[in-house]
Amino acid sequence: MFRFDRDRLLVWWLRIASGVCAGIVLLIALFVVRESLPALREVGLGRFVTDASWHPTSDAGSGLYDLTPMLAGTLLATFGAVVLAAPLGIASAVFCQFYAPTWAAQGFRRVVSLLAGIPSVVYGFWGLVVLVPIVRMLAPPGPSLIAGILILTIMIVPTVALIADSSLGSVPESYLLGASALGMSRTHTVLGVALPAASSGLWTSILLGTGRAIGETMAILMVCGNVVALPDSIFDPVRTLTANIALEMAYAMGNHRSALFVTGLVLLGMIALLVAGAGRLTEERRRG
Amino acid sequence: MADIVFVSRRHSGQRIDRAVQVLVSLAALGICAFFFWIVSDLFAHGFGELSWSFVTELPRDAGRGGGIASILVSTVAILGVCLSVSLPLGTSAAVLLAELGAREDRFALLVRRCLDVLAGVPSIVFGLFGNAFFCVALGLGFSILSGGLTLACMVLPILIRSTEEGLRAVPNEYRMAAAALGMTRSRTIFRVLLPAAVPALVVGLVLGIGRAVAETAALIFTSGYVARMPTSFLDSGRALSLHIYDLSMNVPGGEAKAYASALVLLALLLVLGSAALGISDRWLQRRMIRI
Repeated sequence: MFRFDRDRLLVWWLRIASGVCAGIVLLIALFVVRESLPALREVGLGRFVTDASWHPTSDAGSGLYDLTPMLAGTLLATFGAVVLAAPLGIASAVFCQFYAPTWAAQGFRRVVSLLAGIPSVVYGFWGLVVLVPIVRMLAPPGPSLIAGILILTIMIVPTVALIADSSLGSVPESYLLGASALGMSRTHTVLGVALPAASSGLWTSILLGTGRAIGETMAILMVCGNVVALPDSIFDPVRTLTANIALEMAYAMGNHRSALFVTGLVLLGMIALLVAGAGRLTEERRRG
Repeated sequence: MADIVFVSRRHSGQRIDRAVQVLVSLAALGICAFFFWIVSDLFAHGFGELSWSFVTELPRDAGRGGGIASILVSTVAILGVCLSVSLPLGTSAAVLLAELGAREDRFALLVRRCLDVLAGVPSIVFGLFGNAFFCVALGLGFSILSGGLTLACMVLPILIRSTEEGLRAVPNEYRMAAAALGMTRSRTIFRVLLPAAVPALVVGLVLGIGRAVAETAALIFTSGYVARMPTSFLDSGRALSLHIYDLSMNVPGGEAKAYASALVLLALLLVLGSAALGISDRWLQRRMIRI
């Protein structure tokens, strides 16, 4: 007779459910690759960087598929935001850990976690109605690379600040006591002991911030102007890879649609590199 | 760290100390200033638009007039689909990772690695995937179902991480006591471990809802734009965040309602966030008293 074994049933269910959860990643990769294959086959990878401009059509022969302006847009916006957000976030984490009285540190952490919870579409809306008019006054047209960089900075500062804060907090107290015993000043302790000891955590915070900046869509879409062109200055409008997908996906057909999936594939590749980098850092920390 | 006394050398050392202190305080102050700038601006422009009818009326004239009733219904429906799929799956995966997956177990390791990657996938790529898989390959079209399922994939890592941590925090005596009483493994999980981990589960749930409510990019081409009142899960429905985007980008003169919608969205998230905080705080307190 068949014996109904609940435990074994449960274990199988748990395995299946976990398999489904893990399988989603593979499914995502599979579908993005599958949908981008037609464009990769008919247009070819080379034309995504060598074509004269971005005028995709469903007919591969007459369309132009140059992704470099979008790639440049994403890289420039991300680079600018990280350059601003990394020092700002780490400095505020140092403030929290070493300079602030307890109430100020707690209040600041609360504000930062609230900031982290604001939806990107709200950031984008605020950027559109507040930031862009200010940029327009400085240098028209307004929607521009600099507006995107500023919005991204505000969005990734919480990520950097929270992780940097916790990694500075986990510096062994004996290091700090040692520094104090050697008569080091507070600044020297922070710069010479705490920051180097927490460096892998700080780099992780920057990498995660970078990942968030690369993947950000709505806010950047709303403030960057979305013109497909290499910007001459930070006041020129740009279009990022993410905005490119969001703008054109609604009406894209055939090879055009497929080209947008190639855009997504490029994004996934960039994120994979970052995740691998962050993973290596975590391993280093565990070993060190 | 108050008990550590730092020696400040006089003159130059002291001056540098002071300068650094001012610098890092300014960084923190600047971040706070931005936060208050954003929130106060939203309040100043959006609060006047808020009223009971804004929540109960249907949008008129592409959203320039009327309210957001149908949009709220769509949002809740998308959330409902998202949670009814992600909650059972996520809890099961968390149980496997925390209770059955030994640290060196290959399968558990693989699952964990995959979830880490999933957490890093940009939301727009979830949108692409949702469109290709749920809308086209499964034939669900632009619908609340497609949107909800796409969001379910997105919130899984959050749900699993929180529930797993909760399960790991259950004292080992519970497991031993259950084993000593001769309880089966499934009974131990359902009657002892999961009830003990409920607060963590709720925190994960609230965080997941927060992420799902805030999401826009993954919904543009999965659940669609239609602002009508949805009548089934296969109808297209516009989420609140997408409504804000549409009003501010595509509808001239939609700014006032966009402000009000943004305020409603923020209020929702604030309530959810404080609920999560309150639950986890109370949970910690309870644990501390008992031990």
